[in-house]
Amino acid sequence: MSARGEHGLRLLHQMLLIRRFEEKCAELYSGEKIRGFLHLYIGEEATGVGVVENLAPDDAIVSTYREHGHALARGISPGAIMAELYGKQEGCSRGRGGSMHLFDAATRFYGGNAIVGGGMPIAVGLALADRLRGQKRVTCCFFGDGAVAEGEFHESMNLAALWRLPVLFVCENNLYAMGTRIDFTHALTDLRAKAASYAMPAASVDGMDVEAVEAAAKSAADAVRSGQGPYFLECRTYRFRAHSMYDPELYRSKAEVEEWKRRDPIPMLTARLKERGEADADALANVEREVGGAVDRAVAFAEAGTWEPVEELMRFVYSERSAAP
Amino acid sequence: MITYRDAVREAIRDALRKDERVFLMGEDVGRYGGCYAVSKGLLEEWGPERIRDTPLSESAFVGAGIGAALGGMRPIVEIMTTNFSLLALDQIVDNAAAYLHMSGGQFNVPLVIRMATGAGRQVAAQHSHSFEGWYAHIPGIKIVAPATLEDARGMLWTALEDPDPVLMFEHAGLYAMEGELAADAGAVDIAKARVRRPGRDVSILTYGASLWKALDAARRLSEEGIEAEVIDLRSLRPLDDESIVGSVTRTHRALVVDEGWRSGGISAEISARITEQAFYDLDAPVARLCSAEVPIPYARQLEEAALPRVESIVAAVRALVPAPHG
Repeated sequence: MSARGEHGLRLLHQMLLIRRFEEKCAELYSGEKIRGFLHLYIGEEATGVGVVENLAPDDAIVSTYREHGHALARGISPGAIMAELYGKQEGCSRGRGGSMHLFDAATRFYGGNAIVGGGMPIAVGLALADRLRGQKRVTCCFFGDGAVAEGEFHESMNLAALWRLPVLFVCENNLYAMGTRIDFTHALTDLRAKAASYAMPAASVDGMDVEAVEAAAKSAADAVRSGQGPYFLECRTYRFRAHSMYDPELYRSKAEVEEWKRRDPIPMLTARLKERGEADADALANVEREVGGAVDRAVAFAEAGTWEPVEELMRFVYSERSAAP
Repeated sequence: MITYRDAVREAIRDALRKDERVFLMGEDVGRYGGCYAVSKGLLEEWGPERIRDTPLSESAFVGAGIGAALGGMRPIVEIMTTNFSLLALDQIVDNAAAYLHMSGGQFNVPLVIRMATGAGRQVAAQHSHSFEGWYAHIPGIKIVAPATLEDARGMLWTALEDPDPVLMFEHAGLYAMEGELAADAGAVDIAKARVRRPGRDVSILTYGASLWKALDAARRLSEEGIEAEVIDLRSLRPLDDESIVGSVTRTHRALVVDEGWRSGGISAEISARITEQAFYDLDAPVARLCSAEVPIPYARQLEEAALPRVESIVAAVRALVPAPHG
């Protein structure tokens, strides 16, 4: 198989892994294996996969509460993520964080931040540390259209641009801040224009097309890595599922959701790979099989996981080498 | 003679010298020289990479301090006034304080945030409040309040060496305080209270600028035959229960003096701990002297009336301690 074909299948694999993993999450939520808030990424897979494909192993990611897709694309073990969703101590945050707070030091994954916009200054700081330490790394900061209304968006854009810091700002614009459509919350709905006003390059891309996202993110990441300062990339996407498991979706029509589902990034890429002769039925079935196996193994790992003893509740409020109050 | 301001500056300079990961950032810390002149001259000495002027974006530059700490640096973030820190409250409480626990022990935040606190300069309600007790409510951060030149010089390095976030509250009324400081003054602990004046009749528990009022009050009370022990808490989180309870066990009476408000304040916490741990050693209920529960007003007489004063401390102690017999 051609290198391009292999790469196409890899993108498909990553997106399908997120899709099947989260479908399983929804099922497990109904079975009360997963509790609390659960925000599914289904529909938005192309943005996370296309962007993360351009990150080097020592780049950093700062993400949101809808971050399962980013974490999976980053290569955090699906088992560790699922165990976290179960609240088990084998989870990537020891069961302390749950769905909204996935962390992983090994892949430099800095959460899992559930205050909208709250991760943005942290991304600026990580990039500042890289600058001060002379490291040519990129900090990739994911956020949604909702965050663009927060003061922290504006403060962070200004600070990153002012200091020309290596931050790749990725706005996943799914058109709804929780349940309120963008035109009810932004006087100017062209989010790219807001970023551009902070004197940084800003681009928009079809967030349902993983190859387009990958190409746009490559230009963006290359620019950031070359030391030109921050870059804003808007991925226009859509969330197929409810905001969280509690959301009755009163704010949008079924027809609108169906319209977007016709642009589902997974069938779109599948069709393209077939059309280009880069994947036959066997190869596609193989991807589905691999992904299914990975999800099954993740669930088995989580099921076999253990609960952190309550005696450890107070650990990690402070670092263990310092005296706790 | 040096000032408290000089002592803090020397602490920053020393940290910049000792550890290349240390840098200072905040509003007007560079070209202006610091709004209280603490960082005056440091930009010229260390350059703009390590003395970073920030925009008026408290949330972003405090959050950037958290990120830089996560990225391997040892940032000192200066917030001009405690009131302004409320603009960064989300970063301090939801991120700095929570990251280590929320990440299952993976990400500690070795960050120091310094800010000016307190009233007494007729700068009214939005520049005068004392929120250190409020911050002391938050698990995951440490709260210190240097009152002396020695602590102004010595607490910063210890705070920078701490793996977790430390908030340092410098009372704005102390910056001009002058005194002698040993040439070899260096790092001091940031967890223990200190007896600043021993005494047998009553314990005055306080911190920050109120320490000096309490010491003045103790001198006056001594003339009347009342010997007050003055405890400088130094750290509000953790609170040094051992020193607090130890003193009260000796004197059997306690007055907490706090420039913060009384309701739900740190004085309430201290009082509760004394009651929990030394109730049967008390000869009188724990007394508190706090700021009046008003936004601190501008007019001099109103501001003075709102704050703990030497006279009011003396009066509070007199009410607590029986008159000495001839």
